[in-house]
Formats: sequence, structure tokens, C-alpha cells
Amino acid sequence: MTIDALEGVLLIPALSAGLLAALPGYRLTSRLNMLAAFLTFLTAASLFVVEPESGRYLLVDDLNKVFIVLTAFVAFTTSGFSASYIGHEIETGRLKPNHVRFYHAMYQVLMFAMNLALTANNIGLMWVAIELATLTTVLMVGIYRTHEALEAAWKYFILGSIGIALALFGTILVYMAARPVIGEGPDAMVWTILMTKAASFDPDLLNVAFVFLLLGYGTKVGLAPLHAWLPDAHAEGPTPISAVLSGLLLNVALYALLRFKMLLALNPVAIAPGPLMVTMGLISAVFAAFMLYRRRDIKRMFAYSSIEHMGIIVFAFGMGGPLANFAGLLHMTMHSLTKSAIFFAVGHIAQIKGTQKIADIGGLTISHPVLGWGLVAGVVAIAGLPPMGIFMSEFLVVSSTFARAPWLVLILVIAILVALGGLFIKLNTIAFGEPRGSNAPAQASYVPMFAHLAIVFAAGIYMPPALVTGFQNVARLLG
Amino acid sequence: MQGITFDIAHMLAGSLVLVSFIQLYQQRLSALLNIFALHAFVLALSVAWQAYVQDAPHLYITAIIALVFKAIVIPVALRRIVIRLGIHREIENVFGVGLAMLLGICLVALSMVVMLRVTSGADPLAREDLAFALSVVLLGMLMMVTRRNAVSQVVGFMSLENGLVLAATGAKGMPLVVEISIAFSVLIAFIVIGIFLFRIRERFDTVDMQAMDRFRGEQR
Repeated sequence: MTIDALEGVLLIPALSAGLLAALPGYRLTSRLNMLAAFLTFLTAASLFVVEPESGRYLLVDDLNKVFIVLTAFVAFTTSGFSASYIGHEIETGRLKPNHVRFYHAMYQVLMFAMNLALTANNIGLMWVAIELATLTTVLMVGIYRTHEALEAAWKYFILGSIGIALALFGTILVYMAARPVIGEGPDAMVWTILMTKAASFDPDLLNVAFVFLLLGYGTKVGLAPLHAWLPDAHAEGPTPISAVLSGLLLNVALYALLRFKMLLALNPVAIAPGPLMVTMGLISAVFAAFMLYRRRDIKRMFAYSSIEHMGIIVFAFGMGGPLANFAGLLHMTMHSLTKSAIFFAVGHIAQIKGTQKIADIGGLTISHPVLGWGLVAGVVAIAGLPPMGIFMSEFLVVSSTFARAPWLVLILVIAILVALGGLFIKLNTIAFGEPRGSNAPAQASYVPMFAHLAIVFAAGIYMPPALVTGFQNVARLLG
Repeated sequence: MQGITFDIAHMLAGSLVLVSFIQLYQQRLSALLNIFALHAFVLALSVAWQAYVQDAPHLYITAIIALVFKAIVIPVALRRIVIRLGIHREIENVFGVGLAMLLGICLVALSMVVMLRVTSGADPLAREDLAFALSVVLLGMLMMVTRRNAVSQVVGFMSLENGLVLAATGAKGMPLVVEISIAFSVLIAFIVIGIFLFRIRERFDTVDMQAMDRFRGEQR
């Protein structure tokens, strides 16, 4: 039996999770964790070279290839950051060696769950994978066992479960809609079969199903007003997990939503899912932009920024059309890279200063120039200033949709500008002025952060034609 | 024959909604756990009946899981936790009982209106089942938001899952993968919750969520 790349991206994390759970010693396991993530990334990248056949259970097409490779890449760089972060946590005694063993195993389980959700060719299997990813992250968020961490994990668990439950109800309704056409049994849950027959499904059932799916998976995407778990989970968990949550898990939930949107688009009578997504996207972007001003916790602030950007991305995909989809996809990629880079910087900053309170952090560009300027570059990128890649993707979102809905785009632009203001006011306190707080030397690994920022910078200046064609193909697929 | 099979399925699904209502107004945790066991028992009966009607033997497995795991193991385990924590007498609602019941009635009406209207094409058995299932799901959610106690939130979550199982079994021929996964997820969820409850106990000396709200990250 040969194993193709599609099975590889599932098997490598699954096997290494078992291995990491058994091995003691954080130095060894954190390196093994990196190695496993690197192998997963190589396997994922090979999807572009040799495309395996989609089977009954696993599926590969242009859409999920992009998601899988992005997931594997950010997971790999995050594992690098995680190694130095965890080392520091062990030294300060915030984490015990036993917890670290658990942490590394869970990291790989999370990779497995996300890859499974992205490759599943079955709406039920996809749901199971997202549920597994949720439960894993709940455990990781609560790992410090402080009051705040426990409350955050509990809130995340309760809201995440409600979202997941709604998504399951929607999944059942999709099956009910498909059953009269495809017939009973597993076939009526297979993506590739659903897509060919979607035109003759019962439109009313599909409509209701999509509402449930939007609310359910939308909770996981972090769309307002279902976002309440997101800032807590980001702020209280270990920072590598914040990076993975923001950069990857939100994308995975978004991927599920996009698949169902494609399904609905194939049915001529069903409601257009676009306007629903546009509304929720706009609400999230505006709400989160204003919330940025009141933040006192640095990780919480960037969590709200994630809500804002997910809002922009959902807005772009909701508007639809090849150009807006292209812009949404690019924005998603850029946001994943930039936000995880920011969390890498923030993780080290919080470790040096021993606090996450913005008021207690100051003058980083003087006391820790590399970290400080890295953070400044990250915030410049995330706020959407040229020449970084997010500027280009936001520009594309706005320009591709302006002709169709000028008033909506105006609201979006205001949200982006408000967010920019909020971010820079806080950045000013954090990065400039008199240094405040501890001045301990940084024991940081800068490579992952600057690698991400370099890619974002490069994408803002020059996009390779191969990448553009690839994204265009996906955008066309999304309709 | 069609008439009586339909009536029994209808009665069992309806009873599940009724038991959800009974859960809503339970004042004490031990009573709530009893009612939850009843809820799971009715679910097991309903699923078994569906297995018989649809001639789908694999559904019996789901029924057995519901009976053994949800109606017996979980209530017993939760009762132990509750007694160990010494909170088996307390429960507090955020709203009064009357308001909670009224909201519950509205939710059931809503789910009837929505589900019966959109499923006009489907067979009557599946329609009714889906409408009842959505009611149970919504009532479970209502319970989760009206209760402050961690244990009763967990019970609310599990009755919500019961509603999902009812929906999944009502959808004829839905693959086994999903049912097992539901049971499995409840198992995982329970482990998670169990761990959490003990950790919360370690830290707070209470499982009252209102006490936890004080520890919000930003209010200090």
C-alpha cells in the first residue's frame, strides 16, 4: 500500500502526537515537534507537484491545497517559535515538564484535526475534525490553570460547543436536502457527489441549513456577535496557541463556510449566501475596530484585530466574483502570516516584561530594538499600510467591490481606518517613549517572525505570476 | 400500521420536548440530574423505535449508547461530583421559572414554524422529528444561558446533544459515522468537563460561574 501526500499530512501529525506524548524532556520534544511540522509542510507542498486522486474520504482541489499549505507552513514556523517560548516558560516555572509533553502532543493533534477538516470529502467527517480541533484548543487554552485561563477555556468550550452543535444541525439538514436526490446512505454526505447534484436539492431546506451553518461555523470564525470566546482564548492561552488560533483555526472554520457557500451557489432557487456573509463580515469589522480603543491587554488587542480582519475576509468572499474572491483569499493568506508574526513578537515581549498589560510595556524600540521594530513592522502591515501585502489585499477588496456596493465599502473603509487609529495609539505606547518594565535581555528566536514579515513585504511589492494564477483558479472555483 | 408507527415515534419525540421543559424548572441539582437521566432514557426509546421503523439495526447501537452512557453512567458520575462538592441542593436561575418557561414555549413555537414550513416536501415522520429535535436543541441552549452553575450548564449541553441525536436518527439512512462521532464527542466533552470541574474546584471553592466572572482579564 502506498501512502500519498494527502494521507501523509494526516499520518505525520497523528503518529508524532503519539510519539511526543511518550517522550520526556522538552528540548528533545520541541525539536521533534518542529521536525514533524516541517515534514508535514514538505508533504503539503508536494501537493502542488503531484496531485493525488480524490477518494471517497479525502479530497484535494485547488481550494483546499492553498489552505493546507498555508496551515502547514504557519504550523511549522510556529513550532519554531514555540520551542524558544516553551523553553522560557519552563525556566520561569510557569509550565511543568509534564504539561509540556501534553502540550506538544496536543499541538500535533491539532495539526491533524485541522488537516483532516481541510481534506475531508465528507461533511460529517469535516464536522468531526473541527470539533476535535475545538476540543484540543480548549485544553491548550486552559493549560496554565490560572483563574483567567480556566475562565477563558470554559467560555471557549461552551460557546464553541454551541457553535459546533448548530453546525451539526445544519449538516444534518444538508443531508436531508440531499437524500431525496442522491439516495440514502453515505453518498449523500460526500462533497464531490453533493457538488454535482446540488442543483436539484430542496432549496428551502438548504436555506435553513445554511443559516445554521453560518451561525455554527461563524462562531468558530469569530464573527460578531458570536465572537465572545475569541479574545479570552487568545489572551489566556500560551502565545504559540494564540498564533495558531488566529492564523489557522479561524481559516479552517472559514474554509468549511466557503464550501457550503459553493454548494448553495450551485442551486438556482436557494437564497444567495453572499448578503448574509457580507452583513456579518461588516458588523464584525466595524465592531472590532471600535473595540480596539478600549483594550488594555496586548494579546486581547490583537485578538480583536483578528476579528476585524476575519470580518473583512468574510465580506470579500460574501461579495463574491473572481476579483473579490481573489482579494479575500490573498487577504486571508496575508493576515495569517502577519498575525502569527505579531503574536511571535508579542509572546517574547510578554515574557520579557512579565505582563501583558499595555500600560506596563513601553519603549520597546529602545530597550529591545529587534523585537520592538519587528512589532512595529508587524503592526504597520496589519493596519494595512503600504508597502506591505495587507495593503495590497485590502486595496483589492475595496476596489473590486466598490462599483457594486459603494455604501457598504464606505463602511468597510471607515472600519479599516478606525482600526488603524486604534492600533497606532496603542503601538505608540508600546514601542516608543521611555522604556518601562523589565529590561531583561531577550532570548528570542527571531527567524519565524522575520520570515513571515519578509513574505508579507515581498507580496506587497511583487507577486510571482505562478501564485497569481493559482489564486485566480481558486477564486474562479469559489464563484 | 403506518398510523401507529408514526404515532409512537411522534409521542416519543414529543415526550423528549416535554422532559426538556421539566428540566427547565428544576430547582435542585440532584433533581436536575434525575430528569436528565429520564431525558436520555426517552431519547434511547425514541432512537430504538426509529431503528425498528427504519429497519436500520445500526441505530440500536446509538440507542444503547444513549441508554448506558447518557442515562446511567453520566448522571451517576455527575451525582458523585455534585455530592463531593456539597452542592447537590443548590441551583439558581438567572430568570424566574415563569419567564424561562415562557421563553421555552416561544422557542418551541419558533422551531415548529420554521421546520414544518421548510420541510413540506419531506416525509411526515422526518418532518416532525426535525421540528421536535430543533425544539430540544433550542431548549438545551436556553437552559445553558439561564443557569449559572457549571454542572447545570453541562446538563444543558448534553440535552442539546440529545436533540442533535434525535435529528440525526430522524434523517433516514444517515451514515453511522456521524452517530458514533456524536456519542464519542459527548464522551470527550465529558472528560474535558470533568477535568475542568475539578480544576475549577481547586481554584475557586465553587462551581458558580458568576464567581468566575470576577476574574475577567480586563476589569482590573
